Amino acid sequence: MELTGAEIVVRCLKEEGVDYVFGYPGGAILHVYDALYKQDAVKHILVRHEQGAAHAADGYARATGRPGVVLVTSGPGLTNTVTGIATAYLDSVPMVVICGQVPTKLIGNDAFQEVDSVGITRPCVKHNFLVKDVTQLAETIKKAFFIATTGRPGPVVVDLPKDVTAAKTEFNYPKKIKMRSYSPTVKGHTGQIRKAVELMVEAKRPMIYTGGGVILSDGSKELIELTRMLSFPITNTLMGLGAYPGTDPQFVGMLGMHGTYEANLAMHHCDVLVAIGARFDDRVTGDIAKFCPEARIIHVDIDPSSISKNVKVDIPIVGSVPNVLRTMIEVLRENNLKPNSDALAQWWKQIDEWRAVDSLRYQHSDTIIKPQFVLEKLYEVTNGQAIITSDVGQHQMWAAQYYHFDQPRQWINSGGLGTMGFGLPAAMGAKLAFPERDVVCVTGEGSIQMMLQELATMLQYHTPVKIVNLNNRYLGMVRQWQEFFYEKRYSMSYMEALPDFVKLAEAYGHVGMLIERPSDVENALRKALAIKDRTVFLDFLTDPEENVFPMIPAGGGQNELLLAGRDKMVSTHEEGMVLV
Amino acid sequence: MRHIISILLENEAGALCRVANLFSARGYNIESLTVAPTEDASLSRMTLVTRGSDDIIEQIVKQLNKLIDVVKLSDLTEGGHIERELMLIKVKAHDGQRAEMHRLAEIFRGRILDVTDNTFTIEVTGASDKLDGFLSAVNHDDILEVVRSGVTGIARGQKALHA
Ligand SMILES: Cc1ncc(C[n+]2csc(CCOP(=O)(O)OP(=O)(O)O)c2C)c(N)n1
Repeated sequence: MELTGAEIVVRCLKEEGVDYVFGYPGGAILHVYDALYKQDAVKHILVRHEQGAAHAADGYARATGRPGVVLVTSGPGLTNTVTGIATAYLDSVPMVVICGQVPTKLIGNDAFQEVDSVGITRPCVKHNFLVKDVTQLAETIKKAFFIATTGRPGPVVVDLPKDVTAAKTEFNYPKKIKMRSYSPTVKGHTGQIRKAVELMVEAKRPMIYTGGGVILSDGSKELIELTRMLSFPITNTLMGLGAYPGTDPQFVGMLGMHGTYEANLAMHHCDVLVAIGARFDDRVTGDIAKFCPEARIIHVDIDPSSISKNVKVDIPIVGSVPNVLRTMIEVLRENNLKPNSDALAQWWKQIDEWRAVDSLRYQHSDTIIKPQFVLEKLYEVTNGQAIITSDVGQHQMWAAQYYHFDQPRQWINSGGLGTMGFGLPAAMGAKLAFPERDVVCVTGEGSIQMMLQELATMLQYHTPVKIVNLNNRYLGMVRQWQEFFYEKRYSMSYMEALPDFVKLAEAYGHVGMLIERPSDVENALRKALAIKDRTVFLDFLTDPEENVFPMIPAGGGQNELLLAGRDKMVSTHEEGMVLV
Repeated sequence: MRHIISILLENEAGALCRVANLFSARGYNIESLTVAPTEDASLSRMTLVTRGSDDIIEQIVKQLNKLIDVVKLSDLTEGGHIERELMLIKVKAHDGQRAEMHRLAEIFRGRILDVTDNTFTIEVTGASDKLDGFLSAVNHDDILEVVRSGVTGIARGQKALHA
């Protein structure tokens, strides 16, 4: 039987096992919306802004490991998703965005709601397609899912002219797809893996540093097994938290600009660094010239272009993380290789001394709510089991520091692009995927206002999440930099005319709570979490001038970090200021 | 170091843009770029000349390989190779200059393709530095117009780049 292009789109989604599509209709995509209307296998979530659709699909994808799917119209529909697509791109999240386009015969005419969608998205997608012929449609969508979900994942855009969605053809969904120009390496080179293992067991001061790649590739199990076999210290990047249990004694905390003292110093002093699914981002390395001066570096990554991009490595291994780690474990076992236990004991002694510095210590208060305290309580009250999404700013760093993630896919944040507005729609996507779990969006009064409209979507589709708003009345992270680097000239970082968030939540049909005293924090959280079937907006009035520590000032090395209340923040040299 | 990178691309709309985009987005320089269909209608062949340290060239090669439309590539400068570029040049050729211009074209194995009372149009083919050499041999004020094709190249010996 012949199907229309629109029907083919919906059938393809069904074949891919897609349960939710996040989108917003408009002229160029209406045939597809009509096809959606006539079936119920694929459920559609009507967001209030297309950026919200992309973030929600992204949150869904990060929580489940399955691709997020977005459906929008041409022109403004597509341009509104661009921030969301770029967010997914920088964090390598699998996503397929299908957007309407003006009919093929109008393309290039500056037609109504025409933009060059393929051109606009090209720099922030893994790949994109313009489908000009309905007979190519099913195969193109298959390719889109294949590309989005394999190798280093990423967003793929399929631009779909309206006439193609009306044209008819026989529907045939390919079971498998082979592309001569795309076949990511999965299995690591055995010789390289052997060399790496030999180096690891010889190490005197080893360090494991892992990133989002471990989570994306579901390599957590192998990582835990390998790390425990070796008894090495391990740190995770902001994107990698949860891949190794945050409460495990071998875990030394997050590293980087706001990482712990022990993680950063162990990085600085290690002699063998095992980097796994991480990309030596500038927020992690600080000044490259001062990075891991004594280490020989092993780097495992599925993306060859990540290797030796920022930091030259000694043993590159291209392959998928679980695959490579499994082989490492086998090599260790088969050859009965053991790490140097005397040296390790010395190393751990040193690390424990650094740990004793207690770099996440902060000044408690009985009168004003400390943001760190809210997160500590949130951790307790949720038994460390919630899925936490966050926006971008100080609250994001505090969530990363004070909520100890024990499982992968529990921590969902925009690390690469740093997109304010990400947290709320992402929480909605995660909650749809896991209706039984507690999902909490940790945000700030700046970020939350970027995607507030999604509160309506959350009511409509009944996604009861908890919103923890750390309301410091400032664009806190901006203010912190201005305090340290611009002599407290708080240019445009004070948020005046804030709405009454309690009333606002109520106006959207949710529950609102205002919390002003430290003694009310725990109770408020318990009460909110007990309300299982409603979204609760908790507006915590927090210390307006609290800062995130430790902090490696821009352009510093990993051994140059500053501690709360113990070091005075000094402006860094000019080059450093420009660098970050 | 100057590198000549040969790329087999899917013959898809936009494939050229992806390569050009990559270079501008990551700040790599392109000295010249040529692209044309091959004997296989589904493929185009691009030849790209760029400069950079070994680290940068390594990244360029990796980033190009990462593009979904790139089927295969090879850095010709890593082995023996033949490099060719074609140049058409229009020069002043008044009475007193004609013999001299003729002689110069001959030295560079150029061919005079078109002649008027006071101009010659000359074709010169060769490696880019030979074309540069010809250009500097001609009196600058006598040059009316220059057009160069950009470099194409192929590996020496039996090695061949195919899908
Ligand atoms: C879309 C976007 N615009 C601007 C920024 C720059 N930025 C980074 S953090 C920040 C302040 C965030 O303020 P808020 O959400 O209140 O969180 P806080 O830092 O106070 O916890 C800003 C403006 C950004 N990351 N994203």
